[in-house]
Amino acid sequence: MSSIRQIHLAAHFPGVNSTTVWTDPTAGSQIDFASFEHFAATAERGLFDYIFLAEGLRLREHKGRIHELDVLGRPNTLSILAALAGITEHVGLVGTLNTTFNEPYELARELATLDHLSGGRAGWNAVTSSDAFHGANFRRGGYLDHADRYERAREFAALAKELWDSWPERGVRADAGTGVFLDDDVPARVRHRGAQFDVDALFDVPRSPQGRPVIVQAGDSADGRRFGAEHAEVIFSLHTGFDDARAFYDDVKGQLAAYGREEDSLKILPAATFAIGDTDEEARERSREIALQQVRPEVALTYVEQVWGRDLSGYDPDGPLPDIDPDTGSETARGWANRHAAVRARIAKLRELSETEGLSIRETVIRLTATHTFVGTPERIAGEIDRYVQGRATDGFTIVGHLTPHGLDEFAARVVPLLQERGSYRESYDDGATLRDLLGLPAPTTAPAPALAAR
Amino acid sequence: MTEQLHLAIALERAGWHPAAWREETARPHDLTSPRYWRDLLRIADDAGVALATIEDALALTDRFEQVDGLRRDRVRGRLDAVLVASFAAPQTRRIGLVPTVTTAHPEPFHVATGIQTLDFASRGRAGVRLVAGASAAERANFGRRASGVDSFPASGRVEDSPEIVAAFREAGEFADVLSRLWDSWQDDAIIRDAATGRFLDADLIHNIEFDGEFFSITGASIVPRSPQGRPLLTVLAHQTVPYRLAAEHADLVFVTPRDDLAGFAPSEILAELEAASADVRVAREPLRAFADLLVLIEETASAARLAADRLDDRAGADLTSDARIVVGTAADVVDVVRELAAAGFDGVRLRPARQPADVIAIAEQVAPLLRAAGALREDDGAGTLRQRLGLVRPESRYVREKEFAL
Repeated sequence: MSSIRQIHLAAHFPGVNSTTVWTDPTAGSQIDFASFEHFAATAERGLFDYIFLAEGLRLREHKGRIHELDVLGRPNTLSILAALAGITEHVGLVGTLNTTFNEPYELARELATLDHLSGGRAGWNAVTSSDAFHGANFRRGGYLDHADRYERAREFAALAKELWDSWPERGVRADAGTGVFLDDDVPARVRHRGAQFDVDALFDVPRSPQGRPVIVQAGDSADGRRFGAEHAEVIFSLHTGFDDARAFYDDVKGQLAAYGREEDSLKILPAATFAIGDTDEEARERSREIALQQVRPEVALTYVEQVWGRDLSGYDPDGPLPDIDPDTGSETARGWANRHAAVRARIAKLRELSETEGLSIRETVIRLTATHTFVGTPERIAGEIDRYVQGRATDGFTIVGHLTPHGLDEFAARVVPLLQERGSYRESYDDGATLRDLLGLPAPTTAPAPALAAR
Repeated sequence: MTEQLHLAIALERAGWHPAAWREETARPHDLTSPRYWRDLLRIADDAGVALATIEDALALTDRFEQVDGLRRDRVRGRLDAVLVASFAAPQTRRIGLVPTVTTAHPEPFHVATGIQTLDFASRGRAGVRLVAGASAAERANFGRRASGVDSFPASGRVEDSPEIVAAFREAGEFADVLSRLWDSWQDDAIIRDAATGRFLDADLIHNIEFDGEFFSITGASIVPRSPQGRPLLTVLAHQTVPYRLAAEHADLVFVTPRDDLAGFAPSEILAELEAASADVRVAREPLRAFADLLVLIEETASAARLAADRLDDRAGADLTSDARIVVGTAADVVDVVRELAAAGFDGVRLRPARQPADVIAIAEQVAPLLRAAGALREDDGAGTLRQRLGLVRPESRYVREKEFAL
């Protein structure tokens, strides 16, 4: 049994994009707390490692207006996770939080707080951005050069770790008899002077159960992968094809040794969508139905308008792709995560798909954005997930449902028991397990805090 | 007729006495644990307390305390108050949750969305208490602001320090941005119109386009309009400049009436608040005023005096506070509270000298005595914090702007 690699699953709360189907009659609120209660209960019933939340910094716009077609509006990431900490017992709570529009001292204390309040279940998906569109909602605006965003992220993460490490374990003396609440030199003073931050800090949150929250990372560029190999304990990737996933796994895990890290100190959990049926045929039909809900005609047109950067409202979603050139400098699509992706490469890919198979705009967009990772009977899906993990293509998956809030209910009820039967998924949570324990990650190595080392 | 008022409580780590953590009943190793905060807030909730504030600061040290030669006999370290309130939200039923936020470093956008999320998680019981300025230690922790205010001017008057006046202007801007972001989604912006494929009506969501002295914020909130529309905005104020901040931006102000200092008599404070409101609070609901009291409660007056002496001994100094201090029995506290009710305050905020001991005394003795005397304004068991305080749910300013435009 011990040679069976254990599968790790994260539960992605349905997001602000076309993956989340709101037109389904059973779709619920994306913002009422009851939806989060339901989702968290499902995640714990399915024995997931953690709940994963994205972050909103600005409402998306399309053609100069707030985008109307997708689900929009979501909670503050930290506040909702803290609320969930109060009504869950075991599942990890991982939030996406930006290193550009936060300050290390504040974010470090918020994450340490979440770790205390959850009894050691906090995680941080560290993301970067630099664009002026999001910056316009923050004090400093779009101050950061695009090229510097990972430099800031690295310095941010390093400083956050110094702050977390500045309190020793059991650092609160609180000796009522002698009246000593804190020993001398607790916490260690953190002096940091770098290109991004210049602080002289005494951290004000005593060491939390995990010491540091688990660090998750999602960037896929060379810089992003390097940041991941150095700092991340989980990588949320988009590489879901088996060979592609395997290549990504090898690349990133191959970089770990340079940072003195072992293979198991980093888990790779790509995003995975799914459609379940009693038969494979039924599952394929469901997948098709879901895809048609996800990529409604107007959504397909919006997608190509974003890529082209042009008003294409005269085009027929059931007709061929536009044959005109994109406007790469346009403001048509602001606030979209893929804005910085190479537009021409994207268009070439769309054209190739469309031309070789004779696909319409809508069908092309479906193929590109609504092809579900796992489609089949629960047995087939469980087998596939296990194959990826045993084959070292991933350590598991971040499961993305298409409905709020019950999009994972069926997965938890039908797929999870089969993973358990295969011996590659936990039968229960261990009491008092931290998120790091759930993920099978080693305790963070604590370098001596610099101020102490220098003394 | 008996004047009625609301009962609030101010939670602060081990309590408001600096030696409180050394009491036998204290839980000094528990101050950052989830169960400590769950226990305290549930006790207050079950007792019918209308709202609880939670103290916070972005530094290990207190506001005007020197970082060098840090005193080792005081409680150090805490949790982020907004997150403690969020944590407590789904575990409490009726109590308003009002965390403290400083306005010098945090991003107004994050604070606005955090408090709205607290409003959703508590189903309409969120508030926030804003604190202006940043201490030297807070500035050093962030490294973003080179200069600031490290002491009050000798006169004690905010007006005599341009830096503090500026900090209050920034706090005002911060409050203004919160309120605009809270209004940025109209109530009915989410339409879920499957026929047209539109999830929302973009005409009902408004970029706030705020351009101020301290920051500019362009977009709308990422959070739809929350149950209360605008969560409760509060400040603690002691003199004219902060009174004006409260009058201009807050729903509720905490004040510190006392008989031993000129200008702090209840009537003087209420008159100042009225004057401050006159210019800026036209056609708005009156500012609610809660009087702060620091309380230490025992079964007998002599036991209370003994406990206070013991604590003062351990602290090495007599307890001082901006708020009036009441050391005595629950009945003594009730007498003072009823005086304040008669003087015209809308509520009292009790600062427990010791946690959890004085929180329990407030819940088990003070609240029932006030209730028995008919002095407690009761809620009907349902509804939001605003409803409980008798405040209307404000309409989004953007609805009004649209009406004017027609």
